[in-house]
Amino acid sequence: MFIGYFTERPYQDPNSGYFGSAGRDVTDLGMSNESYDPRLGAELYNRYLDEKVYAEEMGFDGLMLNEHHSTPFCMGGVLNVEAAILARITKRAKIVLLGNVLPVWDDPLWLAEELAEIDMISRGRLVTGWVRGTGRESIAHNAQPPFNWERFQEAHDFIVKAWTTPGPFRWEGEHYNYRYVNPWSRPYQQPHPPIWVPGVMSRNTVAWAAQHHYPYVMLATELEPTRQSFEYYAQQAAGAGWEANTEHRGYLMKVHVDETEELAEATARKYVQGPSNPFLEGNQGNVRSFIQNLPGLTQRNNLLPTVTTYAAAAARGRLEQFQRATGQAVDRREGDYNGTFDEQIAKKSIITGTPETVIPKVREVLEYIRPGSVFFWDGDGAMTHEDSMRSLRLMGEEVIPAMREISKELDLKSPFERDPVTGKDLTQAPGTM
Amino acid sequence: MAAAAAAQTERSVVVAGRRVRALIGGSGPAAVVLHHSTGNPGWLPFHEELSTRFTTFAVDMPGYGQSERPEWAREPRDLAVMLNRATRAFGIARFVLVGLGFGGFVAAEMAALDASRIDQLVLVGAAGLQPREGEIADQMMMDYHEYVSAGFRDAERYEASYGHQAKELRELWEFSREMTARVTWKPYMFSRRLAPLLADVDSPALLVWGEADAIVPLDVARQYQEALPQAVLEVIPGAGHLVEMEEPSRVASLVRVPAVA
Repeated sequence: MFIGYFTERPYQDPNSGYFGSAGRDVTDLGMSNESYDPRLGAELYNRYLDEKVYAEEMGFDGLMLNEHHSTPFCMGGVLNVEAAILARITKRAKIVLLGNVLPVWDDPLWLAEELAEIDMISRGRLVTGWVRGTGRESIAHNAQPPFNWERFQEAHDFIVKAWTTPGPFRWEGEHYNYRYVNPWSRPYQQPHPPIWVPGVMSRNTVAWAAQHHYPYVMLATELEPTRQSFEYYAQQAAGAGWEANTEHRGYLMKVHVDETEELAEATARKYVQGPSNPFLEGNQGNVRSFIQNLPGLTQRNNLLPTVTTYAAAAARGRLEQFQRATGQAVDRREGDYNGTFDEQIAKKSIITGTPETVIPKVREVLEYIRPGSVFFWDGDGAMTHEDSMRSLRLMGEEVIPAMREISKELDLKSPFERDPVTGKDLTQAPGTM
Repeated sequence: MAAAAAAQTERSVVVAGRRVRALIGGSGPAAVVLHHSTGNPGWLPFHEELSTRFTTFAVDMPGYGQSERPEWAREPRDLAVMLNRATRAFGIARFVLVGLGFGGFVAAEMAALDASRIDQLVLVGAAGLQPREGEIADQMMMDYHEYVSAGFRDAERYEASYGHQAKELRELWEFSREMTARVTWKPYMFSRRLAPLLADVDSPALLVWGEADAIVPLDVARQYQEALPQAVLEVIPGAGHLVEMEEPSRVASLVRVPAVA
């Protein structure tokens, strides 16, 4: 099993007046960066890097980074910068990018070069991941949402070719055009770094990942839908004549470990406080659904069934779909984060406690989903550096060793133990070079 | 909203392999009406008013309503090329061209490509040129209610025109703005390649703007007036962006029947 560590790197600023019960509303793309304090930013970036280094010391196999734009809930606006630093200041752990937002890159050759450099500086510890991004990313970098999926696929094909085909060559695509592709940096890992695909809900992306044998990492989704998505992945694989296994399944889960049950619960409640991450259920922020649901970002019919009788459109379920999409946002806006926290505990969306109580709960998740890779999402919301460090220490001392035993018992092999393409066992143990 | 007083016919033609649909009503010389980016909700009072003097073609622009999407289209000029051809395919020799909002942007592009068959170019709150002051309101950063209500002078007019069909029109808007995002995402709702080409458009042009247009600033009208050799500007006092919905008979009455049909 491959065990990784993740945090969104929240911009925690109690003095801004935003983050807290008496503060100003936190609204999706509705806050000015006028409030941003670069000196605080400096402290936080360094804190999160320090925590990653400690996570490696405590035995994590992977250090996961993600990227969001124009928002305080994730400081990873340029995850490749953080990845490059980790490449130099860590020694053993994989640097797992989940991931670069391909469709917002107008120049994916530049991305291919950056990632190759990170792979070389880390001496082959880079795991690349590709995402389509939320509406926030399309707005922030002004990428046309109707072409999001096309650009995702073309940028992927282009980068893989730039990494694997000796240059120079020419690329005249639908969305990208180059007259001279010959990057003077190539990935350390050959033919190229591992590619993993994180996601939440897109069936297109699951099917696409399966077509490429790429491990699919479900991002903190609930257990049953997660299992169903992996079943869909497995069906796609079976349709193509191969069998998906644990190495194709990754799962990001919120886990906080602490010294006492009381301290664990008090600290875990901070997941849904602070800069109000909209991906953290029950958060205090407001999501503007029309930004997340940009035109064409998700697939719609090419032609309106009928424009003269709207009842027909409604009967085809399009109104319902829309209402469902916006209805969720309305519900979230009214969410009671304390109540939702308890619900999340009940359904194991958040796992917290001492090592003694956390380990059996993690085991239940592993038995149910059977992932070959897991990422612990911790240190988020309003959690402090001390909160994160206590949890990392206890994870390293007790939880990770227990997970190693459980994964052996359950035969949960990671992509570094069994090749996702060939299905053959690999000699390389997780987290080692 | 849709008036049912007169029967309209529905016709489609095929241009570049894609079906283009129009609702057609009335009699007299041809008037081609291009809808807003929100799509054409049907046969509107404005169409009905026009149809008393014109054979009125309420065209669904390619990719909107019942007209098939040209997946390759990347800018309003692509739609203009198709629509110029569509007017020929509909058998229209000469016509008055009325463009509403984003439809006005496309209409101006049509005139820039070929004005020889256009008896009068009527741009109503038209996008297409970059305002020197202010911005064209960005529908991608607003929700439906905020955007559409900003098109009316007040909540009462909005409610009268849209209130009773809010859900249906919202669905049409959701559908329409995907095509809008395909052809005018950046720059949003204008082209720097349009104004220079308008200098040779010798058709008479009428610019109709609501005085209180909160979507396309009045400065855009003034720029059209500067760019088009024969342009007259009519500002409707107090009216919003959707001036043809607020005052359909008044706006329709400004459209001139050509001397020689």
